[in-house]
Amino acid sequence: MSTENTTKSYMTPANIITGIILAIGLVITVLRFTKGLAGVTNLDQNNPWGLWIGFDLLCGVALAAGGYTTSSACYIFGLKKYHSAVRPAILTAFLGYALVVFALHYDVGRPYRLVYPIFYQPGTTSLLFEVGLCVFLYVSTLAVEFSPAMFEWLGMTKIRNAITKLTLPLTVFGVVLSTLHQSSLGALYIAVPSKLHPLWYSPYLAVLFFVSSIPAGLSMVIFEGTLAHKPWHHMMDKTHLDEHEGVILGFSRGAAMSLGAYFCVKLVAMAYDNNWSYLATGWGAWWLLEVVGFVLVPCLMYAIGSREKNIPLIKWAAGLTVFGIILNRLNVSLIAFNWQLPSSERYFPSFYEIMFSIFIVTLGVTVYRFIVSRMPIFFEHPDYKDAH
Amino acid sequence: MKRRQFLGLLGAAGITATLGTTKAQASTHTFDGYPDAKGVLFDATRCIGCRKCEAGCNKVNKLPAPAKPFADLAVLEHERRTDEKTYTVVNKYRGKSGPVFRKVQCNHCMEPACASVCFVHAFTKNPDGSVTYDPSVCVGCRYCMVACPFNIPAYEYSDPLTPRVMKCTLCHDQIQKGEQTMPGCVAACPKEALTYGKRDDLIEIARERIRQHPERYEHHIYGEKEMGGTNWLYLSGEPFKDIGLREDLGNKSVPEIVSGPLSVVPMVAALWPALLGGVWAINKRKEKVAAEEQKAAVKAARAATKAEGEAKLAKAMESAERDKNQAIEREVKRALEEAAEAAKKDAGDDGGEGA
Repeated sequence: MSTENTTKSYMTPANIITGIILAIGLVITVLRFTKGLAGVTNLDQNNPWGLWIGFDLLCGVALAAGGYTTSSACYIFGLKKYHSAVRPAILTAFLGYALVVFALHYDVGRPYRLVYPIFYQPGTTSLLFEVGLCVFLYVSTLAVEFSPAMFEWLGMTKIRNAITKLTLPLTVFGVVLSTLHQSSLGALYIAVPSKLHPLWYSPYLAVLFFVSSIPAGLSMVIFEGTLAHKPWHHMMDKTHLDEHEGVILGFSRGAAMSLGAYFCVKLVAMAYDNNWSYLATGWGAWWLLEVVGFVLVPCLMYAIGSREKNIPLIKWAAGLTVFGIILNRLNVSLIAFNWQLPSSERYFPSFYEIMFSIFIVTLGVTVYRFIVSRMPIFFEHPDYKDAH
Repeated sequence: MKRRQFLGLLGAAGITATLGTTKAQASTHTFDGYPDAKGVLFDATRCIGCRKCEAGCNKVNKLPAPAKPFADLAVLEHERRTDEKTYTVVNKYRGKSGPVFRKVQCNHCMEPACASVCFVHAFTKNPDGSVTYDPSVCVGCRYCMVACPFNIPAYEYSDPLTPRVMKCTLCHDQIQKGEQTMPGCVAACPKEALTYGKRDDLIEIARERIRQHPERYEHHIYGEKEMGGTNWLYLSGEPFKDIGLREDLGNKSVPEIVSGPLSVVPMVAALWPALLGGVWAINKRKEKVAAEEQKAAVKAARAATKAEGEAKLAKAMESAERDKNQAIEREVKRALEEAAEAAKKDAGDDGGEGA
């Protein structure tokens, strides 16, 4: 099934573009590790965190939330009809987190010490320690959760069966870790009330980041399922194709509810700090665009879409939500951060920084393409049908 | 108290127990402000912007020579900040009557943001009041720079593999070794705009100056309470915000601000497994009950059908029996009638013959 697909010519337009981007990534790698961050980024003493943290880390982690939301829906909340969505979601999450960790090796000054906070001298008073520990544990958990697909592909039945027995504890562990680091990424910014604009700063940042990760994850599953449906249609088995629409409808109901909850938390945070007066400013308009345009509107679109079984509307809602989450993370980390500095001292990413983020996404898509064309992701391996 | 609570919670989660090292004992509970901690009082009304403190700092800390000499006062025309080669700078501001100067350097917070957010404990608040940095554990994540409300730590962006975070140390090492009796900048100041001493004493001195010249000073000691208090204190004749010191920082230290979210962390780890396990168990039980109910329903339905069938059969048998009996009776009756008829006929024939 897979070989006939891959032995054809590799010189497709998609592969050529991929090759160019990967080559640029290689150039950035050389520059970063010979000239330092100054050689490739626009970071400065006032703006120590740029696109590689704001997008690669914050958005990467939020958009990889599909892993824990899907697996917990299926294995904990008993929604077995979403089973065919679990493997693609776990794969995406695993790749997402792996790339977050990979990208961090470029951003931190001494990547060879990335294990120090866990194994050498943990700074337990830091929320970043919490993030680091959880991401480290979760990436390992995801690797184990993903491994059955690989073992089926490699024909290693024994170890595959042993790991599938661990599904439930792994899922629970994954949800605990995800809750912790999704929220802690937001909590990182609780330390900086003087630098982040009041409309985005809140003592509830941890809750906001966690709650918003749920619709982000659900929307990514829909979004990605839509993208994957055409090119890998031939790889999908009957169960996957039959359940596809049910997954979209079910997830859109979940996304509508969680987006609604997120909107409410946003309002509560606003009321708690009494920030209403900022709404009349330019920042207020920007905030409204984010919260109305990319939270409330997709929430309603999801609700209507799932009620009327309007799949195209749901897909648009998924796109808007994903964009909204990216906008929110960039607002917190870059756009509304250091808002009081004069515009000459504000940060804007360099060409290399943007290209590197594109490189990271491309790398993820490439590995994804490699895996789904070979391993049992969209179909159940014939030897293990109904074996779960 | 709050900090102690959260440390307790962390301990309860076993995180410190499993991961704590002896080197990492400088947790937030030691940041309450050491009783004999020293600091520096900067008096903006005395500073003349000569940059001698910058030169002194540069020399004592063996920092690279600046692009323009320290005697060049033209650099004061643009506001500057500390960077990886400069631990302190003097900035010029426009005051009510002529220029005012203010020195910028690490404020050596009593509960430092940098130290509390560092995930490898690279920063230490020392008993002498200084906040120092240990490059041997630093990962280079730059969260300290993000967290510092005064924008002080600077980073060696041009170093590809061994970048350090650079900032004023209050000349901790030099004073410990006895090379200096006071920080290099204080020693270099010709106008006594800088006073080095115990923080408690400095606050007294500052109060006394305000008391003696209430017309000369803003009635506030900047750093006494800001961000939980700093070991570097400021007196000024101009509003502090006009000499580049933010007045909207609040009096809460960063460890205090983040203690709430930190304290929730172990709770999630403690409660989530039970909650999620509970949801799973409820669903499992629901499935089991549903399966059992289905089984029972099937069984009952089957039994009912069987009973009904048997009743039907019995009834059919009964009616069949009845039909059979009736048929027999009918046949017997007809046979008897036929026999009687035949007998009558026979009797008639016999009579006729006989006549």
